[in-house]
Amino acid sequence: MKTPVQFQLNGEEVAAFADGGANLLDLLREAIGDLSVKGGCWQGTCGTCTVLIDGAPRLACVTLAESCGGKSIETVAGLRRGADLHPLQTAFMERFAAQCGYCTPGMLMAAKALLDRNPNPTRENVVDAICGNICRCTGYEPIIAAILDAAGAGRRRA
Amino acid sequence: MTVTVKTFDRLTDAAAALSAERGARFLAGGTLVMRAINEADPTITTLVRSTDPSFLRVAVSAGRIELGAGATMAAVLADRELAFLHPVARAIGGPAVREAATVGGNLFAPSPYGDFAAALLALDASVTLADGYGQRELPLEELLGRRERGVSLVASVAFRRPATEAFRFAKVSRVHPKGVSVLSIAAQLPIASGRVSGARIAYGAMSRTPVRAKAAERALEGHALDTAAIGPALAVAADGTSPADDAIASAWWRREILPVHLRRLLLGAGQG
Repeated sequence: MKTPVQFQLNGEEVAAFADGGANLLDLLREAIGDLSVKGGCWQGTCGTCTVLIDGAPRLACVTLAESCGGKSIETVAGLRRGADLHPLQTAFMERFAAQCGYCTPGMLMAAKALLDRNPNPTRENVVDAICGNICRCTGYEPIIAAILDAAGAGRRRA
Repeated sequence: MTVTVKTFDRLTDAAAALSAERGARFLAGGTLVMRAINEADPTITTLVRSTDPSFLRVAVSAGRIELGAGATMAAVLADRELAFLHPVARAIGGPAVREAATVGGNLFAPSPYGDFAAALLALDASVTLADGYGQRELPLEELLGRRERGVSLVASVAFRRPATEAFRFAKVSRVHPKGVSVLSIAAQLPIASGRVSGARIAYGAMSRTPVRAKAAERALEGHALDTAAIGPALAVAADGTSPADDAIASAWWRREILPVHLRRLLLGAGQG
């Protein structure tokens, strides 16, 4: 049985029909067409499907799609504003924080969740924020540096 | 795989629906059940949910703490009154998992998961079960002993606030800062006149469910927490445990390192 689900996706109202028991990741990719969200493990382990639901980081693969009705969901597709990249995206490029890139959408959203709540994170805060996101390429250091750079850029803008 | 999803305003109605159907499974945070759904677990035909506000409630008073079973690790971390539990909640996955993982779900997490349940066992928690007829309370230890045979829906968990500095927790994992437990240890060590009185120690990942270290508790009773006095407790630290060989560690390794980490925990408590 399919259930209608309506929510805000990156600021815009969207609606789709979810199969019973469908997860948010599959709904976003297959029914709504937001392919910026990546699926890695479908077990809640790798973190690459991290999205923000009402501002909090959540793993889309273990989130029941129909529980998201009326919520505000942010994915990496909503980060840039027109031609302007989000400071996190710029910092990831400048720090070479993406190699294969598969973990990057989840890393960016986990980092955004951190900076939205704590614009002045310590290195320890950053490590904790991305500790549920697995990267097998970078060794994490460029990612940590990029997030700290983005926080610094935010401070300079303020 | 498609399943039926049933959502109820009242927890007791959800509990009734859960007990009415063999293939029904309760869905709270989803970190365990949605994983099973994604793996097309054929034993699950229906997901039961509840939007009952009491399921999420965190009630803290001077002497007693009650956590709705749907309270998340993030909710625990957001409550300053629960600061003694913050190291435990912080040990449960990364931020995204902590936003979803619930107190009640952790009671059913298969070993080597379930670190929060080990902490609650050390705190001598009781659980309130809901069924179609109402609610009843039983010790967490009893629930853990029969959880694999199926139990009613857990509505909440309650325990007495431990004395300041009496509660200690340690999680041992191979991956830092976050990894699955090689083992975890939670201990409530009340001190009276410089000696342990009424110790409760619980292990995670040292058995099929979180388990009490009753031999070590007895050995500590009436003794100071110093290097010489804790020796007998360390000698029996692994009594009553039956750890598993898994991808994280062998059973042998878990037994070998248990006294080392228990020693550190006990001596740390003595300094606190």
